Amino acid sequence: MSGQSARYAYYPGCSLHSTAREYNVSVRAVAQAAGVELVEVPDWNCCGATSAHATDPFLAFALPARVLLQAEESGLDILAPCAACYGRLMTAKEEAHRRPDLVARFEKAIGRKLGPAPRILNVLEFLAEPKVAETIAAGLKRPLTDLKVAPYYGCLLVRPSKVTRFDDAERPTSMDKILASVGATPVDFPGKTECCGASLGISRVDLVVELSGRIVQQAKHAGAEAIAVACPLCQTNLDGRQGTAAAKLGEAFGLPIYYITELVALALGVAPGRLGLGKHLTNSLALLRQKKLA
Amino acid sequence: MKRVGVFLCWCGSNIAGTVDVGKVAEQARRLPGVVHVEENKYTCSEPGQAAIVKAIKDQRLDRVVVASCSPRLHEATFRRTVESAGLNPYFFEMANVREHCSWIHTDKETATPKAFDLVRMAVAKALRNEALTRGSITIEKRALVIGAGIAGIQAALDIADAGHEVILLEREPTIGGRMAQLDKTFPTLDCSQCILTPKMVDAAKHPNITLYTWSELEKVAGYIGNFTVTIRRKARGVDETLCTGCGVCQSKCPVKVPSEFDEGMGMRKAIYSPFPQAVPNRPVMDRANCTFFKTGKCKICERFCEAKAIRFDQEDSLIEVKVGAIVTATGFDLFKVEKYGEYGYGLYPDVINSLQFERLVNASGPTDGKIKKPSDHEIPKSVAFVLCVGSRDEQKGTTYCSRACCMYSIKHAIQFRDKVKDGRAYVFYMDIRTPGKSYEEFYKRAAVDYGVEFIRGRPSKIFSRNGKMVLKAEDTLLGRPIEVEVEMVVLAPAMLARNDAAKIAQTMSISYDGYGFLNEAHPKLRPVETNTAGIFLAGVCQGPKDIPDTVAQASAAASKVIGLLSHEQMATEPMIARVSEALCSGCLWCKPICPYQAIEAKTITEKVQGKIVSREVAAVNSGLCQGCGACTVACRDGAMNISGFTNDQLLAEVDELLGASRPACAAE
Repeated sequence: MSGQSARYAYYPGCSLHSTAREYNVSVRAVAQAAGVELVEVPDWNCCGATSAHATDPFLAFALPARVLLQAEESGLDILAPCAACYGRLMTAKEEAHRRPDLVARFEKAIGRKLGPAPRILNVLEFLAEPKVAETIAAGLKRPLTDLKVAPYYGCLLVRPSKVTRFDDAERPTSMDKILASVGATPVDFPGKTECCGASLGISRVDLVVELSGRIVQQAKHAGAEAIAVACPLCQTNLDGRQGTAAAKLGEAFGLPIYYITELVALALGVAPGRLGLGKHLTNSLALLRQKKLA
Repeated sequence: MKRVGVFLCWCGSNIAGTVDVGKVAEQARRLPGVVHVEENKYTCSEPGQAAIVKAIKDQRLDRVVVASCSPRLHEATFRRTVESAGLNPYFFEMANVREHCSWIHTDKETATPKAFDLVRMAVAKALRNEALTRGSITIEKRALVIGAGIAGIQAALDIADAGHEVILLEREPTIGGRMAQLDKTFPTLDCSQCILTPKMVDAAKHPNITLYTWSELEKVAGYIGNFTVTIRRKARGVDETLCTGCGVCQSKCPVKVPSEFDEGMGMRKAIYSPFPQAVPNRPVMDRANCTFFKTGKCKICERFCEAKAIRFDQEDSLIEVKVGAIVTATGFDLFKVEKYGEYGYGLYPDVINSLQFERLVNASGPTDGKIKKPSDHEIPKSVAFVLCVGSRDEQKGTTYCSRACCMYSIKHAIQFRDKVKDGRAYVFYMDIRTPGKSYEEFYKRAAVDYGVEFIRGRPSKIFSRNGKMVLKAEDTLLGRPIEVEVEMVVLAPAMLARNDAAKIAQTMSISYDGYGFLNEAHPKLRPVETNTAGIFLAGVCQGPKDIPDTVAQASAAASKVIGLLSHEQMATEPMIARVSEALCSGCLWCKPICPYQAIEAKTITEKVQGKIVSREVAAVNSGLCQGCGACTVACRDGAMNISGFTNDQLLAEVDELLGASRPACAAE
């Protein structure tokens, strides 16, 4: 794969076209700066997310399987920046090996054969691709010196480890390395792989406030000035619920929650104004100005 | 004409409940060669056996078939019965109509014809059985014990006390093994070293024991009663005969490296004796860390050694010993707890493993027995003990229970509460398993008398908060997530087979299980024997166990060795391979296939068309052959046969079975 020109199939998923548009913007900005062409999967559909696999095992397989089928033609590795999309695609890929019954039903329904799935990369794996990492290292314009960032992986990106086969499920370090590579100081903290509450953010706000609040609190206590994420839902929960959580805990947080790609883009010299940082609920610009990064 | 007697056993209702024994008897009467058929409720009983003897005499039987249970149970019994009536015991044949038929079927309609099939096959084979005679071999009256932990020491002492020579082999610089590292032993809280070191000294001083430390097993050849073992004596760097054990070399050596004996909690020198009571009290030179071997300069130890015992140029040497029996007591490794990333071992200095805690709490350990946190050397006011780290966890560790961890962790909690009166001790467990004499009482004492707090829940995460360690878990009795803050965490690692257990097993041609634990010959009835005659097991190399069980097993293994060595000669089973030299073409395909190296080429001379010619044929060493039969399958000429299981005998059984079904096939 690395022999070919740097092109990747791109599966933004629903979030990156809606609530996490700034994630989409920063992923594309990093890709552009790194000289990578992203080819959006034609006529892609929703990965099914939590809803499908909580209700119908076949649909949970069929939706991401169709995305893989749509991407097949390009022959490219797929970049899936959303942690849930990534998890669903990886699970479908794994199930395709294990469950011939699901594959048969899927192929019958859709009238096409499912070929061998390509490599599926989450955003951390993408940034660690040798060519991408080299271009980033060579193209640093504004190293994030003196910026203490807690890398937050959440639960989905690294789990289940048998499916993702990515990093250490309990003590991951891939994002730490990326942060260090753009000059930031990664801050190790115990909440790295804890759950933010995910989609319970709609039905059980109280739980999400507690879970996300604890993560932000642990990052803050560990000395972080900001948190980096690689998942739209994690961003929403940590960003949107930290105010309520802080009030409950009687503390002040004010920790900006950046997508890892936003931080990389900044380091590569992309103007903060182009990244849509204003869409974050917790002020994300003040810290950058204070550190003379914006 | 052969005269076969068939004895059908009911085994109470075990067989008769599923097989119509009367019907089988009726059919068996019509089999060619069968002159006598008899049913018995229990053929193995005294009247049952007497009936066989009587029938042999009255009916002049020369072949006996018993249809009953597995030959593993009663083949030896019935062979003796037949022998007592004056017949060659190998004229006896057994049909297994219990394990192979009645126990595994429920339908009498199908089980009965199957039982008859088994009986007529046995009759067909019995008609071709030949008289066989047992051989005998001379026994080398000396034993080798591999590994000098408590298991090896105990076995060696027992064998030596019975008057036999023992070679005790240990790859570490000193004997003592894991037990020497421990502080106290449960459930009596005896000082581990105080009860072990006298045994260590006994082993070293015993006139019948030759001790080889810093030595490894290189090769094992031969067979029961006649093993030839090659031992590698690693270069110690010290002339053991001149060294006085004064210790000056260690004190002068400028190099400090983490001590293996102290599990990295303390330091040792590059020339060192692992602990003060080491046996033998002779240091070894650690060449990987020695300044002289790294830079070519130093030799401070040599300068200060008054006995002139330092040898930088010493080399490994190989010695060969002859023994009649081997006890394998190679011990265990610990599960690497860093595999649990969520427990932070290696990240947080105050998260340690149980063996490290033993060193901390040990009076002769690096902290003189004061329980101090590795991070700041302060005494912790609270400690959490986490059980089953690697045990009973198919995801990250092993499936099995390591058996000793509950008890030693309870012991640790008691020791901590004893030393730190105002401290709090927590034990996180899934189940507390205390099967052993006075074990449950020990557990109760920990909870009631020592106030140890037991929490049923496996921590999901251990992290640091404000300089303390926080354990996150679900208290499954409360059904609620909890967080417990402590100053130190002790993880109880699973006991694993030695990482080179497979190599040890292969060196000795003994089998091992999926985990690497060495296999006993039978889990209940032959627990210390291996499937290779003359090799016995003791201690954790066979499976996780605590000290009392290890010592009991070591003495059991020793008693087996003593039994073996008490004879001058031993009988060998005649079921071994034999070559028909007339048929053998000398291709020797059998040679590489033989797992026991029992086949060699041999030159024979014979007369062919009046001329004397020489040619090569296979020859079987009857001492080495275990009768596995691999060679008979490899032999293209049909020249190789296992006595008692010849091609002719086995094919007779197959023919008998297929012969009956042939008419049915023909009718189609």
